Amino acid sequence: MNRVVITGAGTINALGHNVAETLEAMREGHCGIEQLEFRDVERLSIQIGGQVKGFEAEGHFNRQQMTLYDRFTQFSLMAAKEAITQSGLEFTGELAAKGGVVLGTAGGGVSTWDDNYRAVYEEGKNRVHPFVVPKLMMNAAASHISMEYNLKGPSFTVSTACASSNHAMSQAYQMVRSGMSKAMVTGGSESMLCFGGVKAWEGLRVMSKDACRPFSANRNGMVQGEGAGIFVFEDYEHARARGAEILAEVVGFAMTSDASDIVMPSKQGAARAISGALKDAGINPDQVGYINAHGTGTAANDKTECAAVADVFGPHADKLMISSTKAMHGHLIGATGAVELLACIMALRDGVIAPTIGYEEFDPECALDVVPNEAREANVDVVLSNAFAFGGLNAVLALKKI
Amino acid sequence: MSIKDKVINIIAEQAVLEPSDVTLGNTLEELGIDSLGLVESIFAIEEAFDITVPFNANEPEQSDFDISSVASIIAGIEKLVAEQA
Repeated sequence: MNRVVITGAGTINALGHNVAETLEAMREGHCGIEQLEFRDVERLSIQIGGQVKGFEAEGHFNRQQMTLYDRFTQFSLMAAKEAITQSGLEFTGELAAKGGVVLGTAGGGVSTWDDNYRAVYEEGKNRVHPFVVPKLMMNAAASHISMEYNLKGPSFTVSTACASSNHAMSQAYQMVRSGMSKAMVTGGSESMLCFGGVKAWEGLRVMSKDACRPFSANRNGMVQGEGAGIFVFEDYEHARARGAEILAEVVGFAMTSDASDIVMPSKQGAARAISGALKDAGINPDQVGYINAHGTGTAANDKTECAAVADVFGPHADKLMISSTKAMHGHLIGATGAVELLACIMALRDGVIAPTIGYEEFDPECALDVVPNEAREANVDVVLSNAFAFGGLNAVLALKKI
Repeated sequence: MSIKDKVINIIAEQAVLEPSDVTLGNTLEELGIDSLGLVESIFAIEEAFDITVPFNANEPEQSDFDISSVASIIAGIEKLVAEQA
């Protein structure tokens, strides 16, 4: 089996339009959750979110591209550009023939659906733009990255709700580890912050009207975000041979299914994913210094996740740090694991643990070191990133310092 | 149909029971209604009465709306309907 390293990272999200801005915001414990701004927002009972602001697609893409790029594709292309530029890779020959794109998204082109349903149902139009289908399809973002960078190997999109990008990155990791590809572009993208997207979430009654406060006893729900996180996963020897800068090593993963409930999380399913990732990576539980939690800020997730961590790590659960960055960037649904992987890289590379902001009140059911409110300097060698989705689908990645 | 009977019909339908099997003292749990069933019931009630029920599944005990029994739900709906009138 081949070792797999990350040689490029890119993002756009509510905290920043690139990795540097995002990590700076995480260090500062900045909150990117604000009043939502889009058409008909006044008809929503939930009006806050981690919205990407100050981003104008017009400056980045030409008119022809704009007719084909939903906002989730725009985010993907922005983040992919940053990641692939950082990696320094040019996809030609064998590298291009076997290199591909595996992305996660839960909703695909949600605002394209929204806009066009509005046109035909509300406005009574009988005609839509000819590119509605290629614009909204779940694989649009992966396909446009493949076209832009000449990636001719296996490319596809994974959709497992809130675990989409962790499942996607696990898949890309396997492809490089097994030798199928020398380099893969992977991560996730999501853009559901439009009237229909938020209205659908409102129905579940799990959204907070004021803030995301993971692990805090007074938490009252999740807050949605949007954006993308894209990475280049590369064969270690290939990266070394060309002298590439290595951000971190991916050392293992696991995926499990609760097989129990469509929305309620299961401690066993989460614990099996966490312990499975450790086993796959060949690391002992006591080596783990930091976990980027799924930490949605809902009553159900946070206590279940803490119980799962306590089960897997035993006494070491009290020594490791676990934080949820969702209080800063919101829950990016299918892209969330990808943006949160940046906090894992920051922990390994910079020795800075991103905080759980919005933490106000101790909850005995979440009695772990959640790095409340302020970032912390710490030297960690191994980190995990958790993602637990509706549908009971879990995916955990393990990363190591290099 | 009274508010009480309408609410009982909605709850009974969610619980897959006859309305006559739903008593005012029952809790939703006793009727076999889980958290998803509760959210669905509230949605059905909102649609039936054209009201908005202040309920967040993350903090049911802190909502202004008391869901501890069929009777308390009916009382809450009666209050909301009266406020709207």
